Amino acid sequence: MSAGAPRCLASSGQKPIAEILHPLSAAEEQLSVSVAVGGDTEAALTNGAPVETPSPASTSSLFNRLQLDDDLEADAGDPYDEAAETRDLFVTVDDPKKHVSTMETYITYRVSTKTSRVEFDLPEYCLRRRYQDFDWLRIKLEDSQPTHLIPPLPEKFVMKGVVDRFSEEFVETRMKALDKFLKRAADHPVLSFNPHLNTFLTVKDLNKRQGLALLSKVGESVKHAAGGYKLRARPAEFAAMGEYLDIFNQKLGTIDRIAQRILKEQSEYLTELREYGAVYASWAGSEDELRRPLEGVGGSVTTCCAALEDLGDGMSQDVLPVLREYVLYIESMKNVLRKRDQSQAEYEGRLEAAVLRKQEDRTPMPLEVEKCQDKVECFNADLKADWERWQGNKRHDFKRLLTGMADKNINHYEKCQAAWESLITLLQDKQTEGKTSETT
Amino acid sequence: MAEDGRDESLATDDESDHTAADGSSSLTHTVMEEDSTLLRRMEICVAEAEKRNGKNTVNMQETFTVYLVETRPMDAVAEGRNQAPDSLWRRYSEFELLRNYLLVTYPYIVVPPLPEKRADFVWHKLSADNMDPDFVERRRVGLENFLLRVASHPVLSEDNILQLFLTEEHGWKEVVFETGFQAKAESRLRALSATFRVRSPDKRFMEMKHYSDELQAHTSQLLRARARVADRLYGVYKVHGNYGRVFSEWSAMEKEMGDGLQSAGHHMDAYAASIDDILEEEEHYADQLKEYLFYAEALRAVCRKHELTQFELEVASQDLDSKKQQHEELSTGVVRTFSFKGMTSKLFGQEAPEQREARLKQLEDLISEGEEDVQEKTAECDEHVERAWLDMQRFNEQKDRDLREALISYAVMQISMCKKGVQVWSNAKECFLKM
Repeated sequence: MSAGAPRCLASSGQKPIAEILHPLSAAEEQLSVSVAVGGDTEAALTNGAPVETPSPASTSSLFNRLQLDDDLEADAGDPYDEAAETRDLFVTVDDPKKHVSTMETYITYRVSTKTSRVEFDLPEYCLRRRYQDFDWLRIKLEDSQPTHLIPPLPEKFVMKGVVDRFSEEFVETRMKALDKFLKRAADHPVLSFNPHLNTFLTVKDLNKRQGLALLSKVGESVKHAAGGYKLRARPAEFAAMGEYLDIFNQKLGTIDRIAQRILKEQSEYLTELREYGAVYASWAGSEDELRRPLEGVGGSVTTCCAALEDLGDGMSQDVLPVLREYVLYIESMKNVLRKRDQSQAEYEGRLEAAVLRKQEDRTPMPLEVEKCQDKVECFNADLKADWERWQGNKRHDFKRLLTGMADKNINHYEKCQAAWESLITLLQDKQTEGKTSETT
Repeated sequence: MAEDGRDESLATDDESDHTAADGSSSLTHTVMEEDSTLLRRMEICVAEAEKRNGKNTVNMQETFTVYLVETRPMDAVAEGRNQAPDSLWRRYSEFELLRNYLLVTYPYIVVPPLPEKRADFVWHKLSADNMDPDFVERRRVGLENFLLRVASHPVLSEDNILQLFLTEEHGWKEVVFETGFQAKAESRLRALSATFRVRSPDKRFMEMKHYSDELQAHTSQLLRARARVADRLYGVYKVHGNYGRVFSEWSAMEKEMGDGLQSAGHHMDAYAASIDDILEEEEHYADQLKEYLFYAEALRAVCRKHELTQFELEVASQDLDSKKQQHEELSTGVVRTFSFKGMTSKLFGQEAPEQREARLKQLEDLISEGEEDVQEKTAECDEHVERAWLDMQRFNEQKDRDLREALISYAVMQISMCKKGVQVWSNAKECFLKM
């Protein structure tokens, strides 16, 4: 599965922030390299297509599946999707493996890259990364692209006693989140060209670079502390963003709590249901004619128990992690908003100082002030673009999340319905059998 | 219509059979037997319930419920004559009296049970209050069911007291008491003693008694487990209602996603609300199980009666044997078993011949009395065994039919619940897709 021959892109490569064109600008043609790579089920994920296909058995779920595909086509107008269709960088995170050494035990994941971009020497890469490496990448991205929203990583620390870091479920959930992180970065028109991302995807041994990450983090905080400018007036649209994020955070928290409560109630229901089914089985033992019907009912109840268990697993694996991830996303976004505020404050501070000096001795506007102004305007533009992208992402992700949740519930009820319907058929067959034998 | 009793028990359109005056539905299974007697001649129903105030036996004010028992001759119904039914009011205690009378008078019949006196096996949403309208309604249905079962029983339906119950409102109680049935009632202590001391009861009855224990245990286990399941399921559905609220709040701050979220929220509310009807319907199933829980008790009572008659027969036989033995010893002088009489005879010499003669005559009288007694008791025991065995088989067939019906209708209820679930979530999904 190889990509086409690498083509020369006009404006790819490293550029100072100010020069990188706005993704919504007319210069989008440069991204339109058509590389057809098959089997992109990973691509489908970020497009919002369903990961799990509902069982084709029932016509209603078939109809729903078709509906979803139609809906995707209708979304083609979204600029986010346009970029996605002309993607030339594909990344995947899979294949978790446990590594045991004398010092520590940890998990690595396979990171596969396929690309036609010139920034990459080879069309394909495949290497293993651990969580630390993803964390390094995230820090580097934050540092080097302070005006952009960096996608969140799953939580770093887990309480060792409470959560099993090596359980299949935990690893699976974390891997999906890492995959999402990397895909979001690779899909971002600016971030995907970041050299650190390139390094992450191509260089086998990241170890030397870990040290640098620490240093730069320290540097960053020092810079912020030295800033100390006060923001005069936040533009309305950014204020609105901040408010939205706060309320959205609240709602997410509520939804997470509801989902967890439902899981708890369902699990208690399941416990009682199992006992309930067992009573039918034990009663059947003391009956003659009624044995088959009682066993039948007990069997149907057992089937429903299994279906309920699947539903619960699906919810905790697919729904809850996404909710948590968005809470982290909101944190990231708020950080970026804060940084924007700071750069605006800095600009306003310097401007004020310069204006005063100008009034005194008629010197022209110092260069730093102009630079600051550029910085703020860039920041604002980037942020607005990222905000739109984030909103689009959010809409897709939640649409997928909620339809997935609905699908799981539909599937659960369909399974239960089938179990009871087959029981009725079984009992009614026996009935007609009995009838004919009576009349003879 | 009453002729095809058996077919009707297998069909599902039972509502047409029970043309209750207020149009409400009875239990979904039919109670018409093939050889229904009273029921063929007369249509019976318990139409309404009303609260009354009055004084009870200790002259204190109390509130109680009365039930309207309506009857109509079957030929009037068949001819389509819209004749007004005869009716009278009865309270629960009168039903109890009727049943107690039947229990004592027909100890070889598995007498249909009454609905429970107090609400039991409730899950938290249902109140355990006897005045609660839902409870009263279900009890009304249960009382009607009782009357239909009794009126369609080949033996019980012929009873005069039953017929008076249906037709004579005043003075009925006095008539019942005049029968003196209460004197015939077995003391519990006697019955219990018989259970422990009977030597050779009919094996079939012992098996049946064991089965009645099993039936009682299983139905009560099932009822308890079902109540717990209902409680939990209620919780699951209701929590989904919270989604409705949060989606509605969230939709207020969204542009494109708003409409989809809002409508989806409404569906979640509908989902949460649907559990009330679902569980209300399931109560019918619980009532059917409860009937057989109480039926198990009635079955056991018949077996215990057998133990009692058998025991009394054994006691009478033993008594007769010991008298015969005494007679033999006295007449032949051979002492086979230790007795004080024998000892004193040995120690103090035999008694005088006249005394001996008197004793012998006395024993002979007692023996012939004893033989009559044994004969009577044997007849009683045999008769009970014969009749009871017949009715127990009838009961078994009825139980198999009814419970099978109940299980099928339970499955139908579950299917309906699943379909509703699919519907609601499909609706919600469509809303999500529009986000």
